[in-house]
Amino acid sequence: MNHVIYRNLTSNILSFGFILLFTFSLSLNAQEGDPANGKSLFNANCAACHKLNKPMTGPALANVEQRLYDEEGLDREWINKWIRNSSSLIKSGDPYAVKVYNEWDKVAMNAFPQLSDQDISDILAYTAAPPPAPVDTAAGQQVVVQEPGISNEIILGALAVLFALLAMALIIVKRTLNRFAEAKGIPVVEESEKRIPLWKAFAQNQFLVLVTSVFFLLASAYFVYGYLMQVGIDQGYEPVQPIHYSHRIHAGENAIDCKYCHSSARVSKHSGIPSLNICMNCHKAIGEVAEVTQQEGINEYGVDYNAEIQKLYKAVGWDESTQSYTGNTSPVKWVRIHNLPDLVYFNHAQHVSVAGVECQTCHGPVEEMEIMYQHAPLTMGWCINCHRETNVNVQDNGYYTKIHEELSKKYGVDQLTAAQMGGLECGKCHY
Amino acid sequence: MHINMKTLFTYSMVIVLALALFSCQKNTSRNYQYMPNMYEPISYEAYQESDAFANGVEAQLPAEGTIPRGDFMPYDYKDTNEGYEMAKANLTSSLDSTQIDYDRGKVLYEVYCGICHGNKGAGQGTLVKREKILGVPSYADAGRAITTGSIYHVIYYGKNTMGSYANQLNEEERWQVVAYVEKLKAELEK
Repeated sequence: MNHVIYRNLTSNILSFGFILLFTFSLSLNAQEGDPANGKSLFNANCAACHKLNKPMTGPALANVEQRLYDEEGLDREWINKWIRNSSSLIKSGDPYAVKVYNEWDKVAMNAFPQLSDQDISDILAYTAAPPPAPVDTAAGQQVVVQEPGISNEIILGALAVLFALLAMALIIVKRTLNRFAEAKGIPVVEESEKRIPLWKAFAQNQFLVLVTSVFFLLASAYFVYGYLMQVGIDQGYEPVQPIHYSHRIHAGENAIDCKYCHSSARVSKHSGIPSLNICMNCHKAIGEVAEVTQQEGINEYGVDYNAEIQKLYKAVGWDESTQSYTGNTSPVKWVRIHNLPDLVYFNHAQHVSVAGVECQTCHGPVEEMEIMYQHAPLTMGWCINCHRETNVNVQDNGYYTKIHEELSKKYGVDQLTAAQMGGLECGKCHY
Repeated sequence: MHINMKTLFTYSMVIVLALALFSCQKNTSRNYQYMPNMYEPISYEAYQESDAFANGVEAQLPAEGTIPRGDFMPYDYKDTNEGYEMAKANLTSSLDSTQIDYDRGKVLYEVYCGICHGNKGAGQGTLVKREKILGVPSYADAGRAITTGSIYHVIYYGKNTMGSYANQLNEEERWQVVAYVEKLKAELEK
């Protein structure tokens, strides 16, 4: 990019800034960079294209000043020029500038004229020695997350041990008492061997047998009915997916809107499974998850999130080292979870865009699901219930004002439900 | 306390069998279906595997050179530095002032852009605040000096780390988002 317009516009401001800086830097003499400030500047300005230890859109920048000095003999002056306006440096024919430009696919670096000498030395100080990540807070968070699980398990374990001890104590007490009784010569009362066994008595009582068998038949009919009624319903279906994708992290912790990835839910019958280019919108930059997330994945879910990202890269043919697509792609065989029988028509756009139904109404608390599962039964009764209970938003819909008014009058209500609008008609969903 | 070992065994077997029956339901596979003739489609389902095509999937890309029906305008600017500069200088919105709908633009913006660029456009989206994605510039960034054309061009092709949003937003929606971004930019520059 050439920022010619900008350069002309701001050259006055710039020169003024340089004068200011000059006076400032005279008093500073040796510029000691502040890595902490450098980090925030780096994250705000550079991190869009540069990482410290990995190439991204631009080269890795760890220790860049030292490397440039050792390998190319370039000093701070050169770096300042490059950062403030790399394209003019390239145009001036500076050999190393031209070389870097060509090596990195002629992607010109943005100009950062707003960075002062002090800012740049802060950033370079950060690239030379990044301050250690604040481990304390991360560890603290982890403990908070894990605490309830551990303490619950401990309590349960302790209870189990307690009960076992109690049972043992009772047995011991009984045995000791028996022994005492024997020692003192008191006969221990044994159950009479001659009494009719309970089951025989039961079998002889015809009324009891009748009542029991009726009860037994009814109970088994209940369970058989229950079993037959759930045939064909996949509520709770939770298949193993080829890439472990955590909705909990993406939709929950990072609060990415459902429609960001499932964009076709807005406009089409299907809410599509996102194509991998949508994953790469973010994962081009995120090749590894944060250390805390990685630990949490291994400890709590037994998943290596970084390995899962590598699976994505493999499928989409992304070469991390060259930051480019190789063209070797292999489709991911996602397992479809929600699938209505073919005898019914369901349209996502109608529900999401027109009715404004939240995704969670049917799909459940997806933002809490580590592994996606089917939340709703997706039966006809379930559809109908919702149509009966949901009021249609008729506000500000001038096109239908008349029919809405007439239907309201007909049913004698202020708010029309989907059912009253025709949401129970067979032909709406079956055709 | 004289429990016959045999009775004990019978009882425990009954309990074990009952448990085994109840735990039969496996969540990783689909349930049984009654005569599924009307459940399963004869036609292809979305994304279905199919040997009808060479690459084994039902979902195919449109044939080379085809265009969608309706108001389709080809986008002629190339995904290069020169294309960017040309779009930045020349491209203008296809919407006139009556067609711009900031409410829709806002909704779309907050779904697709706000997560990184922030709902105010200052580069402080949730992912940036959580340090997942860094270096997202403010729309008011003077070094970039974005214009109508450059915003559209970047939505269309993506730039640097940002990917293309051409498949999530159609042409009209992209222009609505461009209009909303320009509104945010103006508010930031106040």
